[in-house]
Amino acid sequence: MKSIIEIQQEISGEFEMYDDWMDKYNYLIELGKDLAVIDTKHKVKENLINGCQSRVWLHAEYEEGLIHFTADSDSIITKGIIALLVRVLSGRKPEEILNTDLFFIDRIGLRQNLSPTRSNGLLSMIRQMKLYALAYHAKAKGS
Amino acid sequence: MLKQEVYGRPLVYLDNGATTQKPLPVIECIRNFHSFKNSSIHRGIHFYSERATEEFENARKTVQQFIHAEKSSEIIFTSGTTSSVNGLAWSFGERFIRPGDEIIISEMEHHSNIVPWQMLCERKGSVLKVLPFNDDGILEIDRLDALINNRTRLISVMHISNTLGTINPIRTIIEKAHENDIPVLIDAAQSVQHIAIDVQQLDCDFLVFSGHKIYGPTGIGVLYAKEKWLHELPPFQGGGEMVDVVTFQKTTYTEPPVKFEAGTPNYIGAIGLAEALKYVTSTGLSGILQHENALLDYGFQQLSQLDFVKLYGQASDKSSILSFNLRDIHYYDAGMIIDKMGIAVRTGTHCAQPVMQHYGISGTIRASLGMYNTKEEIDNLVGAIKKVRDMFV
Repeated sequence: MKSIIEIQQEISGEFEMYDDWMDKYNYLIELGKDLAVIDTKHKVKENLINGCQSRVWLHAEYEEGLIHFTADSDSIITKGIIALLVRVLSGRKPEEILNTDLFFIDRIGLRQNLSPTRSNGLLSMIRQMKLYALAYHAKAKGS
Repeated sequence: MLKQEVYGRPLVYLDNGATTQKPLPVIECIRNFHSFKNSSIHRGIHFYSERATEEFENARKTVQQFIHAEKSSEIIFTSGTTSSVNGLAWSFGERFIRPGDEIIISEMEHHSNIVPWQMLCERKGSVLKVLPFNDDGILEIDRLDALINNRTRLISVMHISNTLGTINPIRTIIEKAHENDIPVLIDAAQSVQHIAIDVQQLDCDFLVFSGHKIYGPTGIGVLYAKEKWLHELPPFQGGGEMVDVVTFQKTTYTEPPVKFEAGTPNYIGAIGLAEALKYVTSTGLSGILQHENALLDYGFQQLSQLDFVKLYGQASDKSSILSFNLRDIHYYDAGMIIDKMGIAVRTGTHCAQPVMQHYGISGTIRASLGMYNTKEEIDNLVGAIKKVRDMFV
C-alpha cells in the first residue's frame, strides 16, 4: 500500500494535468459522482457535520488497527474533495492520520474550499477524522 | 472596487442585498473627515469638536429629510439594522410587554427581525405570532385580522424580502394595526436603497435600516421612531452623553435622540451615510428604481426561459432580487462555479431559514441588484448558469 505522502503526491500529479480551473472542478465533480456510496444506516444525524453551505456525513469504522472512513455530502464538489480525503486517510492507522500534514490541498489549489469562512463542513470533517483517529489511538493504547 | 478583476475576469457584483459598493464621494468624504476634521462630538468646546458635532447633527437632518421624518430628533444612529431592532425590542419590551402579550412578525423575516423578538418573548413570557406567506412569496394579508387581538402589542415586518424580493403591503398592515392601536416597526434594510420612503405618509411608528446597504459605510444604521415613543421608551444602553444628572443613587436621562446614543457614536459613519444619501438623492431614487426594475424584469424573463431554473418569489410587486435554484444541482456547487466566473452572488439561507423551510429547501442562489449593475452583467450571470448546468448534468 502506498504511503499517505505518496498518495498525496499522486493526487497532486493528477491535478497538475489540468491548467484550467474549470477542468479541475470537472474532475472534482467526477470524483464526487464516483465516491463510494455511504451506507444509508450511517447517513444519520449523529454522523452529520453541518456547514452553513453544504452538509457532510462522516462514518468511521475501526478494524484490525485501521480506520475506514465513508462519507457523503449534498454538494457534489464537496463530495469530490471528500473523495480525495477518503483516498488519503481511509484504511490508515490512527497515528498515521494524526501525524499527517495534508499538503495536497494547497498543491491542487483547493485551500479556499477549506477556509473557515466557506463553512461547507469540510474543515470540520478533517477535524472529525482526526478526532476519530485520536479516540481509536487512545483506545488501542488502553487495551 | 467594481473595476477590479477576480480570477482574471472583470468582477460582476450581484451581492448588493448583502452590501453595496461605495460611491467615490462617500469614500472621499470619510477619508477627508479622518484626515482633516476628526474630533469627538458633543463633548469638546474646541473648534474641531464643535465642527464635528455640527456635521454629525447635519447628517441626522439629511437622514430625516431622506425618509421624510417630522423632526431630526426622531432619528437615532445605531450600528445597523440588527442593533436597531435589538435596541427597540429591549426598550419596547421593558416598557410595554407583559406576560401573555403578543408580537406579530411575518414568515419571511430576516433572522434580525425574528431573534430579537424571540429573546424578548423568552424574557417577558410573551408570544410571537407569525403571518404566513404563500408559495408565490406573497404575504397572506387576509390572515392578519385573525392574528390581531387585544394582547397584540407590536407588529414588525420587513418592507422588502431579502430572499424573495417581495414588496410587502406595509401601508395596509400599518392601517390595520393602527385601527387596533398597535404600533408597527418597518424593517427597511432592503428597501430604502430602492424605494422612496416617507415615514409620515406611511405613518409607521418605527423604521430601521443600515448604512452599508444604501452605498454608505458599515457600522452605521438608523432607528427612526415617532417622537411620542422616544419619550416613553427607556434607553437600551447606558453610558456617556445620554445622561442628564448622574449620581450613585439615580441617573436621569437626557432628551432623545441622544438618550438612545450612549457612548461615542459612530459619527464618521453617520456623516458617510449622509453623503451616501445625498449621492442617492442626486442620482435620483426613481431613476435608480426604474433602472433596477428593468434589469430585474430582464433577468427574471431570461431565467424563466431556462427550464432547469426554479425561481422563488413570484410576486408582481417585487424588487431587485433574483432567488433561484438549478434542478439537481446544489446551490453551493453552482455558487462555487459562478464565483469562479467572476460573478459575486450569495448562496445559502440568506439569514432567513424559515423562508427556506417554507419551500422545503436548504438554500438558494441569490443575485441582488444595485444601481450600477448592467444588462450585460445579467447576461453574464445567465451565461454562467448555463455553464454550471453543462458541467453538472
